[in-house]
Amino acid sequence: MAAVKETIDTVQKLETYEHGFVSDIEMEYAPKGLNADIVRFISARKNEPEWMLEYRLAAFERWQSMDEPDWAKVNYQKVDYQDLYYYAAPKAKPKLNSLDEVDPELLAVYAKLGIPLKEQEVLAGVVGSPKYAVDAVFDSVSVVTTFKDELKKHGVIFCAISEAIREYPELVKQYLGTVVPVSDNYFAALNAAVFSDGSFVYVPEGVRCPMELSTYFRINAENTGQFERTLIIADKGAYVSYLEGCTAPMRDENQLHAAVVELVALEDAEIKYSTVQNWYPGDAEGKGGIYNFVTKRADCRGARSKVSWTQVETGSAVTWKYPSCILRGDDSVGEFYSIAVTNGMQQADTGTKMIHLGKNTRSRIIAKGISAGRSSSTYRGLVSAHAKASGSRNFTQCDSLLIGKTCASHTVPYVESDTASAQFEHEATTTRLSEDQLFYAQQRGLTQEEAVALLVNGFVRDVLQELPMEFAVEAQKLVAISLEGSVG
Amino acid sequence: MTMLNIENLTVAVEDKTILKGLTLNVPAGEVHAIMGPNGAGKSTLGYTLAGRPNYEVSAGSATLNGEDLLEMEVHERAAAGLYLSFQYPLEIPGVPAMTFIRTALNSQRKLRGEDEMSAPEFLKEIRAIAKTLKIDADMLKRPLNVGFSGGEKKRMEVLQMALLKPKFLILDETDSGLDIDALKVVSDGVNALRAPDRGMLVITHYQRLLDHIKPDRIHILVDGKIVHSGGPELALELEAHGYDRYVNEAA
Repeated sequence: MAAVKETIDTVQKLETYEHGFVSDIEMEYAPKGLNADIVRFISARKNEPEWMLEYRLAAFERWQSMDEPDWAKVNYQKVDYQDLYYYAAPKAKPKLNSLDEVDPELLAVYAKLGIPLKEQEVLAGVVGSPKYAVDAVFDSVSVVTTFKDELKKHGVIFCAISEAIREYPELVKQYLGTVVPVSDNYFAALNAAVFSDGSFVYVPEGVRCPMELSTYFRINAENTGQFERTLIIADKGAYVSYLEGCTAPMRDENQLHAAVVELVALEDAEIKYSTVQNWYPGDAEGKGGIYNFVTKRADCRGARSKVSWTQVETGSAVTWKYPSCILRGDDSVGEFYSIAVTNGMQQADTGTKMIHLGKNTRSRIIAKGISAGRSSSTYRGLVSAHAKASGSRNFTQCDSLLIGKTCASHTVPYVESDTASAQFEHEATTTRLSEDQLFYAQQRGLTQEEAVALLVNGFVRDVLQELPMEFAVEAQKLVAISLEGSVG
Repeated sequence: MTMLNIENLTVAVEDKTILKGLTLNVPAGEVHAIMGPNGAGKSTLGYTLAGRPNYEVSAGSATLNGEDLLEMEVHERAAAGLYLSFQYPLEIPGVPAMTFIRTALNSQRKLRGEDEMSAPEFLKEIRAIAKTLKIDADMLKRPLNVGFSGGEKKRMEVLQMALLKPKFLILDETDSGLDIDALKVVSDGVNALRAPDRGMLVITHYQRLLDHIKPDRIHILVDGKIVHSGGPELALELEAHGYDRYVNEAA
C-alpha cells in the first residue's frame, strides 16, 4: 500500500510541474566551455563597447583565482564549468523593431506560460485589471520588452541590459557593479564575466512608475547556464514595483542559474522587488533541477530610501541566495519577506542580510520556511549595525513548518552590533503540521491536500499579503501545488 | 428508519481496545444521548465514526443511511453528511473563519456533484446564522478559533454545522467549558437544527446539557459497550445515583 501510494504521489508530483515542457526553437550557441575567448564571443554578440569587454575580462581573471564556496548547508554535485554552454540564443532576425517581428514560436512559448507579450492583448484584458510591462528573457537573450514606449513617456527606461549597455552607457557605467562588485563572491565574478541578459530599469527623479514591471526568465536550452544580470535604479523620490518569474523544462541533468541583481535607491526612493521562483525542482529522487545560486543586493544609498524584497521560492533543486539591503542612507528602510517551500529532495539555504550603516535605519525580516518530503530548508540571515548606525532597529521573525517526518529545517541567524543604541529583535518558531488540525479540516469536508494547502496558506499569509495582488493569487496556488503529495 | 447503524463495533487506539462490540441505532429525526463515566470510550466512538487516523477498527460495522462509513475517507464521510462537533475545536492560524467554512462547504458540494455556493449567497447566510448565535461579524474575519474563548469556539462549531447542514450530528461534550448563558445560545442553535430527516448523537458526561437538548433516548456506555438504554428519565436517575451501578454491573 505504502509503495503504491508513493508511486502515485511521485507521478502526481511530476505532473504538477506544468512548466516542464521543452520548446523546439532554432538556437545559436557559443562553443562549449569557458575561457577568455568565450567572454569575447559573448561581448561581440552583444555589440558591446570596449569598456564592457574589459570589465568582463577582468572579472573572468578574478574568477579564475577564486574557489567555489562550500559553507552553505546544501549538498550538490559540483558543476563542471567547462561542460556548459555560456551563450544560447534563439536564431532570429538581427534586430526587432516591434512585437510583430518576434518569432511566433517564441510568442507561443510565453503564451503557454501565461505571460502576455502582446500589448494589445494586455490592453484588451478585463477592464480595470492592472497593466504590467514584461521583459522576456529566453536562455541568454531578452526576446522582447513590452510597453517600452509608454514607459518612456514618463521617462522610465525599461529594457534588456544588453540594450542599456549600448544605449545608456553612462548610466550603466555609473551603477553596474557598485552594489555587487566583481570580487564579491565566486558566482558574482562568474556572472560579471559571462552574463548575457537581464533587465535594466531606470526611474528618474520624482517619477512614480505608472505600471508594474516584470521580467520573465525562461531556461530552455540543454547544458546551458543562465547568467542573468539585472540593474534597477530609482532616482530621488522615485518609486517602482518589479516582479521576476522563472521556469525551466524538466531535464535529468542539473542546470546552473547564477544571477546578479543590483538595486540602487537614492534619496526618498522606493523599490519593491518581488520574485516568484519556480525553476524545475528535479524529480522526487533528486534527479535534475536547477541550481539557483544568486546574488541579490540593494543599496539604500540615499536618506529615507526604502527597498522591499518579497520572494516566493518553490522551485530549484538547490537554492542558495540572500537578497540583502545595505542601509547606507540615514533613516533608510529595508524589508525582506520570504516564503521558501521545499519538497522531494529539494534544498534551500536562503535568507537575507540587513547591513545598517546609516543612523536610524530600520529593517524587518519575515521568513517562512516550509519543508516536506526529504527536503532541507535553512534560514540564514545577518543583521549588523555599524558603529555609526545609532538608533537602528531590526525585527526578525523566522517560522518553520515541517510536513512529515523526513524533512529538515534549520535557522542560522547572525546578529552583530557595534553600537549600543541599536535594537535588534529575533523571534523563531518551528512547528510540525499538526495531524489534529488536518483531521479537523478534513472532518469539515476538505480533502487531505486541500487541508494541507489551506493550513500552509494560513502559515504564510502575512508574507503573501506583501506581494502585488495579482501575483499573490498565483503564489498561493504555487505553494499548494509544490506541496501536493507531501502528506501520505 | 434507522439512520446511523452501528453493529458490534470494536476499536483499538495504540493497541489498547477501547470499544468492545458496541451496538447502537439512531433513527432519522431522533436525538440520542450517550452518557458514561470518564474513559468509557465516548469520544472514541465519535472519532471512529468520523475516521480519525490511528483508530483501528478490528470488528463490526457502521453505516449512515446504508452507506458504509468505515470504507470512506474522512472528507467523504463529511460530504456524506456526518458532522462531528469537537470537544476541543482546533485553532487554524492565518485562516479566517469565513474562508475556512466556505472552503469546507464548497469542497463538500464539489464531492457531491453540486454547484459551489456563490460568495454573496454565502455571506448572506453566514451573517444571518452568526447573528442568531451572537457571533460578532468581526470574529468571522479572524483566524478560526485562534485566541477564542471556550464558549466562542463552541459557538463556531454550531455556526459551522448550521451552514454545512449535515444529515447526522455528533456533539462531543459540547457543554464543556460553557457558562450558563453560552450553554443556552449553543443549545438553542443545536435545537434549531432538529429535523425529521436529521439524526443526532449527543455525547456528554453530565445531565446538564440534556436539560437544554432533550434526547429521545439515552444510552449508557461503560467500558466500551452500551450497558443500558432508556428514555429521557434515565438522565435524572444518573444525576441522582451516578454511574456506579452500571460500572459494577459491567465489571
